[in-house]
Amino acid sequence: MTASFSGKIAIVTGGASGIGFETASQLAKAGCHVIVADINNKATEVAEALDTDSIGFKLDVTSEENWIDVMTCAKETFGGLDILVNCAGIGFADNFEDMPLDHWNAMISVNLTGTFLGCQKAIKLMKASANPGAIVNISSIAGLVGGEDIAGYSASKGGVTMLTKSVALYCAGKGYDIRCNSIHPTYVDTEMLDPIADSFDSRQVMLDGMATQVPIGRVAVPSDISSAILFLCSSEAGMITGHQMVIDGGQLAGIPAQHTV
Amino acid sequence: MSEAYQRVKGKVALITGGASGLGLGIASRMAQEGAITVITDINDDKGQQAAEEIGAEFMTQDVSREDRWQEITRHIYEKYGRLDVLVNNAGISGDGLGTDPETTSLAEWQKIQKINGDSVFLGCKYAIDYMRKGGGGSIINMSSIAALVATPFITSYGASKAAVRQLTMSVALHCAVTGSKVRCNSVHPGQIITPMLESLFAEAANKVNAPVDQVKQGFLDKIPLGEFGEVDDIAYMVLFLASDEAKHITGGQFVVDGGMQLNG
Repeated sequence: MTASFSGKIAIVTGGASGIGFETASQLAKAGCHVIVADINNKATEVAEALDTDSIGFKLDVTSEENWIDVMTCAKETFGGLDILVNCAGIGFADNFEDMPLDHWNAMISVNLTGTFLGCQKAIKLMKASANPGAIVNISSIAGLVGGEDIAGYSASKGGVTMLTKSVALYCAGKGYDIRCNSIHPTYVDTEMLDPIADSFDSRQVMLDGMATQVPIGRVAVPSDISSAILFLCSSEAGMITGHQMVIDGGQLAGIPAQHTV
Repeated sequence: MSEAYQRVKGKVALITGGASGLGLGIASRMAQEGAITVITDINDDKGQQAAEEIGAEFMTQDVSREDRWQEITRHIYEKYGRLDVLVNNAGISGDGLGTDPETTSLAEWQKIQKINGDSVFLGCKYAIDYMRKGGGGSIINMSSIAALVATPFITSYGASKAAVRQLTMSVALHCAVTGSKVRCNSVHPGQIITPMLESLFAEAANKVNAPVDQVKQGFLDKIPLGEFGEVDDIAYMVLFLASDEAKHITGGQFVVDGGMQLNG
């Protein structure tokens, strides 16, 4: 990435681990001030280790009050907001008939409502600025297709897909210089897979199994996703809004070969 | 990141239709970011001139001819020892407006499928093996927003670009499951200011007997971001897909349209 992020201000939710951590690190490396927002207490420690003047913020993305506070923090500490990356997310896999309501509610609340609140509060701050704004929402390939044991996750991420398009249209229609796009990863080797790994003999067995579903032959690593996020946040992507960017090693490209021997 | 960092440094890139418009813009970015760049075009004079300007090699090419694809890919492999990036950009919009499904002639239909469709198939067909030999590569096929939304007034063009989209996915899967490390993605520009689009405006204005500016405004009103795309908007998208930054991306469709598809 050659685009400069020098002096830009970003909030990355879920910034203490996984895709969020990698994104926060790459943005800071490119010159961005990052607010590492996470429900995890490690956020401050992570922010202090970054290349630029960055800070941690304890954010529960389901709390409207927390979102208002983090926007106030961005304004008071750095003077505004240029970039929001909504990475915070959770996932449960369940047999559909036995799926507990609290799993459903938690996923809708963190993955979808959290993203909604982020977009809404970010626009308020971004539109006041003369600089262009960019929002990137992390959806999933499960936000484009379903899965028999991830109905709740898939529904929450499908919501993010469509929310993103509406936000993009809204900002464009209002004449705000704010773009909004979604990213749709396949499996990414992060802490989010930890609970699933517990039910396998080893993490590697799980990853190998997942890799067989990905034509390219491996699961994604966080930098596969963060490089696309940086592109979408940069001025190079100035004409891209409402786009769903799939990063899946070809998983959704089509039907696996099984028609010839 | 140091200023010397170049995103496609040392890669060998072939861009078809590189003499003007999107192709020239893409080739220019590739060269600037360190790629050894080869452009081809059916227009000899403009191609030579463009290649000199950006520091690329030029070869004349009718992209619908199979033997020429074989010659060009072999030449690049023999001369540079590798082929890393292919941008199948060459294409035509056809006779333009008025080519609705009822009035389009079979000859017109076939001409467009041949130049927009056959060319991409041939390009992928002959690039894959050379890319595989070099340990992988990235093919970027220029489709269009017309592959995703209905285009009643340029029927053949839309169908040809939809074929490119579908071909892209099959090529991506084939390359991935055969372990070639070759990625294949399609880019879908909306309304980008190029000679092709300007001629569409002029033709539309002529047809409805209205000033060109008025016709242009009509097109503009359909773009939520409120402005036409620039060549660089596409060039940067292609550059990203060509670079190792996109190493996990294959079979994808990349829409660069200022939100136009959202209204479609």
